[in-house]
Amino acid sequence: MNRQLLKKSEELFYRVLMIISTAIIIIALLAIIISILVKGLPSLSWSMITQIPKGGYYFGKEGGILNAIIGSLYLSGGATLLALGVSLPLALYMNVHKLKQKNVVNIIRFFLDLLWGVPSIVYGAFGFTLMVLLGLRTSLLAGILTVTLFIIPIMVRSMDEVLKTVPRGLLESAFSLGSTRSETAFRVMLRQCIPGIITAILLAFGRAIGDAAAVLFTAGYTDYIPTSLSQPTATLPLSVFFQLSSPIPEVQNRAYASAVVLTVIVLIISIASRGFSIKYQKNRIK
Amino acid sequence: MRTLVLTNFKLRRNLREKLSTFWMKCCYVLVLAMPFVLLTGLLIKSSLLFGEKSLTELIFSSEWKPMSGKFGFLPFIISSLWVTFISVIIAAPICLLTAIYLTQYARRVVLKIMQPVIDILAGIPSVIYGVWGIIIIVPFVSKVAGWFNVHSSGYSILAGAVVLAVMIIPFILNILIEVYRTIPIELSEASLSLGATKWETIKKVLTRKAFPGIISSFGLGVSRAFGETIAVLMVVGNVVHIPTGVFQAGYPLPALIANNYGEMLSIPMYDSALMLAALILFIMVTIFNMGSRYIIIHYEKKI
Repeated sequence: MNRQLLKKSEELFYRVLMIISTAIIIIALLAIIISILVKGLPSLSWSMITQIPKGGYYFGKEGGILNAIIGSLYLSGGATLLALGVSLPLALYMNVHKLKQKNVVNIIRFFLDLLWGVPSIVYGAFGFTLMVLLGLRTSLLAGILTVTLFIIPIMVRSMDEVLKTVPRGLLESAFSLGSTRSETAFRVMLRQCIPGIITAILLAFGRAIGDAAAVLFTAGYTDYIPTSLSQPTATLPLSVFFQLSSPIPEVQNRAYASAVVLTVIVLIISIASRGFSIKYQKNRIK
Repeated sequence: MRTLVLTNFKLRRNLREKLSTFWMKCCYVLVLAMPFVLLTGLLIKSSLLFGEKSLTELIFSSEWKPMSGKFGFLPFIISSLWVTFISVIIAAPICLLTAIYLTQYARRVVLKIMQPVIDILAGIPSVIYGVWGIIIIVPFVSKVAGWFNVHSSGYSILAGAVVLAVMIIPFILNILIEVYRTIPIELSEASLSLGATKWETIKKVLTRKAFPGIISSFGLGVSRAFGETIAVLMVVGNVVHIPTGVFQAGYPLPALIANNYGEMLSIPMYDSALMLAALILFIMVTIFNMGSRYIIIHYEKKI
């Protein structure tokens, strides 16, 4: 009887701990979002998001964060497009062309996982070395290239996860109708997985827009909106990072406003990608 | 005429097939070459430093005076280890308990609520975590230090570790949920039918079965935490010394690289030293990453 009680209370004890730790995770998320909103919303205004900083981003009290918003969109948009050009073919290659060679696919997956694990600051340092070697200066182009390298593994792996679920019968029927491998890949596989592919693209875009370490060395920072690829560009994460360390409250407000904008963009991406993956689940052929 | 159109069509299809396959192969080669390119790039740049000093001297010296050419990485490596391991120690039990709860006890609704929570947490940029750390965690740590009669500004190893712990929670948790999900249900059915309680089954059967997966998820968490830059940099204090307590400031490797990139071209050998820091980071992270994946693969083969 006593032992029974002990067993029961042990289970109860751990169940309480489990609920507490689940609650901690939810509370942590809420704390992050609420604290960012509380700090940043008061300083977020129309002029904040439609003006570039006046009198320098570090000392000027006037102006807003338009340079960072546009810069970030350019940078992550460009990087996502470039990465798509590499990731989609590779993901299809793994799941159509090399369908039968399991070890080739496993090697690629292993390399991708390895690359995914490499910290973005290492990509940043590598990009910087490359820049010095090629004689480039900090620019939008250098930033885009570095971020592209950084998000390729993320994009390929998430596309791969989707393409993996396509039943083999679909491929076999496409082949048996006489379509070539690339036709099967782009016209059958791709069409079947469009929502999942879009999820992967959004995920990579979110990573690109949120990463600060890779662009710190390569994209530079400026008060202006870049007009060509060879100019440096401001980005939202660095806008937070640089302006938060300023002693001037007005400048700090710009940092908090950038944080809110960044959080909102990431939340929208997260919700949108969830929507697409639900859509994929519905249309999926089993 | 008809045959001409047909051959033309065939040619075009063939050409398209060839071209796209060629491009796919290029992408394949690019990904396979990437780690080696990264490694050689960093190695070439940092090898300038090896000419003057031996690697052990660089790693085990604690003197960091770039102006006089003294580059000792020990304070940074120790700081990195402190922050990383404390964060994993904080995150590990929370993740383990939550994973067990979500896969064994919780109703489907809870999992449906938690899935977006985990996804959003994983998607929040590290700079946002840093801001959150400055607003909430740093003052809190300062207060906690007061309870222990230690004076601390709050910008400390502990603050960095707490922020980092929250950042790696979604990452570890996702793996752990997957690990617990793939355990065959027959195993717990057999245990339950022998009269074990649910908790006993979880503790003695499922967790034992999941053990390699659990260890490798923590290993992957370590590798993720080790390279995290901006969030840690913002709350950890950045003082060059060998930390001896959690309330002291630290200066992890990624923060070292990120903080000094501006001056690195003006001081001789400084850029090589920073690239060596990146190289150390790359190697440490890759070892943990590959080790953990090896455990998973090895263990999957056994079943």
